[in-house]
Amino acid sequence: MLKQWLKKQSVDSKFETLRFSVAIIIALLVAFGLILLVSKEPFEALRHLFLGPISKFRKIGNVVETAIPLTFLGLSVSVMFSANQFNMGSSGALFMGGTVAAIVGLTLPLPTGIHPFVALMFAGVVGGLITSIPAIIKLKWNASELVSSLMLNFVALNLGLYLIMNHFRDPDAGTLASFKFPETALLPTLIKGTRIHFGIFIVILMVVLIWLFLAKTKWGYALRMTGMNMNFAKYSGISTAAVILYSQFIGGFLAGMGGAVEVLGMYDRFRWQMMPTYAFDGVIVAVLGKRNPIFVPVAAILLAYIRVGADTMSVNSDVSYEMISIIQGFIIIMIAANAFLKHYRQKMVVKEATSHD
Amino acid sequence: MINLLTPEFLFTVIRVTTPILLAAMAAVICNKAGVVNIALEGIMLTSALTGVLVSGFTQNIWLGALGGIVGGVFIAFLLAYFALYLKTDIILGGIALNLLTVGGTVFVMFAITGDKGATNSVRSLQFPSINIPFIQDIPIIGQMLSGHNLLTYLAILMVFLVYFLLYKTTFGLRLRAVGENPDAASSVGIDVNRVQLYALLLSGVIASFGGMYMSMAYLKVFTTNMVAGRGYIALAAAAMGQANPVGTSIASLLFGFMESLGYQLQSRGIPSQFINMVPYISTIIGLVLYAQYRQRQIAKKKNQKIQEEVKA
Repeated sequence: MLKQWLKKQSVDSKFETLRFSVAIIIALLVAFGLILLVSKEPFEALRHLFLGPISKFRKIGNVVETAIPLTFLGLSVSVMFSANQFNMGSSGALFMGGTVAAIVGLTLPLPTGIHPFVALMFAGVVGGLITSIPAIIKLKWNASELVSSLMLNFVALNLGLYLIMNHFRDPDAGTLASFKFPETALLPTLIKGTRIHFGIFIVILMVVLIWLFLAKTKWGYALRMTGMNMNFAKYSGISTAAVILYSQFIGGFLAGMGGAVEVLGMYDRFRWQMMPTYAFDGVIVAVLGKRNPIFVPVAAILLAYIRVGADTMSVNSDVSYEMISIIQGFIIIMIAANAFLKHYRQKMVVKEATSHD
Repeated sequence: MINLLTPEFLFTVIRVTTPILLAAMAAVICNKAGVVNIALEGIMLTSALTGVLVSGFTQNIWLGALGGIVGGVFIAFLLAYFALYLKTDIILGGIALNLLTVGGTVFVMFAITGDKGATNSVRSLQFPSINIPFIQDIPIIGQMLSGHNLLTYLAILMVFLVYFLLYKTTFGLRLRAVGENPDAASSVGIDVNRVQLYALLLSGVIASFGGMYMSMAYLKVFTTNMVAGRGYIALAAAAMGQANPVGTSIASLLFGFMESLGYQLQSRGIPSQFINMVPYISTIIGLVLYAQYRQRQIAKKKNQKIQEEVKA
């Protein structure tokens, strides 16, 4: 029995790897086709897309910098979706997290070290509250968390912009931005020549903590059970309402903290004038990382690589940066396609079964 | 005080409701067929762009309309293909397509016009406004109901068309059967996948008019992410209207009313960010109030049943 189960596992995981690779390759082929279609110098554009991120030391730094918020968002969506809740509030939580961190940075006089810590905690709690709202609405009145969380994103965005632009805006900044953060609030840069900052340690810590939480604690177990089969979880005595609440809070906490880390690590002022373009990338990172905290950073780095490549391409050629949304959309929809390559999977299973018996 | 009962204000309400109403009718058809079409947002955005581009290059409004429909239906078809035949989770598929179209429309716009903000360089056409004879001469009612865009009247007509389709045709009967119980429908020989495919494609056509209304009537250009959540608001309207065309229209009108109210507040020194929040907050409140109401109805019914049983 066990042996057969193991055999099946190995086919499944082999098949999964194949499916993910084919999905990514097809998405890149679509991108390739589009570039051929719109660009006057398509091969130049492709070179920048694929080799741009490793062309300079600074660019490699950019990949790591971009991967930090993507990992936070990916962890956030992973935790929330693991409880089988389609809560899209991560982006609103990220934006408000950044806002709250900026406000704490500007208003509280705290010493180095403690200052960013306090900012991160405040940002996390506010982020958690934002993603808890759709969960509460769902639990209390059974209204779709998907729609309410998407609506809340617009509210969070405008609230954040209002707070910064009407109360903390520096009229001498030249652009729409807040006053300069004091030195004490900033997360220090670690590697000269890049902007890789202290946030990388925080994100690694979070990956480990979330992995421990999901895999090794009874709350994590309850969360996964609720996500897999809500009724079964209920009948085995798990309080699914509590699970939904804390899972959505933790998800928002991570996104809010991610926003804070980004604002205090990458900038000296609050500079977001709209939702950052990567704010919705939590979904693709979580899907690519199979909601597993250990795989999430890998998916985030892959995505950051594509993002930096697209950025290099848009600066150096006539193809625009938004190309990546097309790549991303195709990757998500194909990876989520359960019947994609189904016939091939059957062949693999048959082959495996006949070769051993 | 804000005077809400002026004909101008009610004219604005109808104008603002149009795209939500069209998308909500698209949502009604999908909900009745038992499929959730989160991609309405992306369908609207795509049709808004392709309508502008095709009408600009052909200088023919009807070809432009066709271009818009083809663009929107293409997204609906992608959703249907992946969700029904490749078994992608339909919600995840919808989210993916919305992400794809937000950037994808900018990608196409930049490739064709060299601009990332708006299609100002394309001399696109608009759908005409129509004055209704006789009604336009009635004092207040004429000011409210006449002079709207062609697509606004189409939206009103669409409510009746969708109602007729769902409740008076064989296809509508099949569609509702599939939505109520796909297994039962399949056991009497209805091809569930095909009916849901048609429902999604049809919703693509209807939502496309909503998208084109944004860029070829409400505004005269396509701008980045111009649908701004109206596809999601339409989903909320359909949920509140229990996917009934009439109830959904009332819910759409309510959201249009709230959005117009926001515009009224703009001139009163309230920060623009709060004005921008109005449609979204009212959608959340609407969803909650409706859900509360429904819970009470269900509780009432249960009580009645228990009482009847006790009596018996």
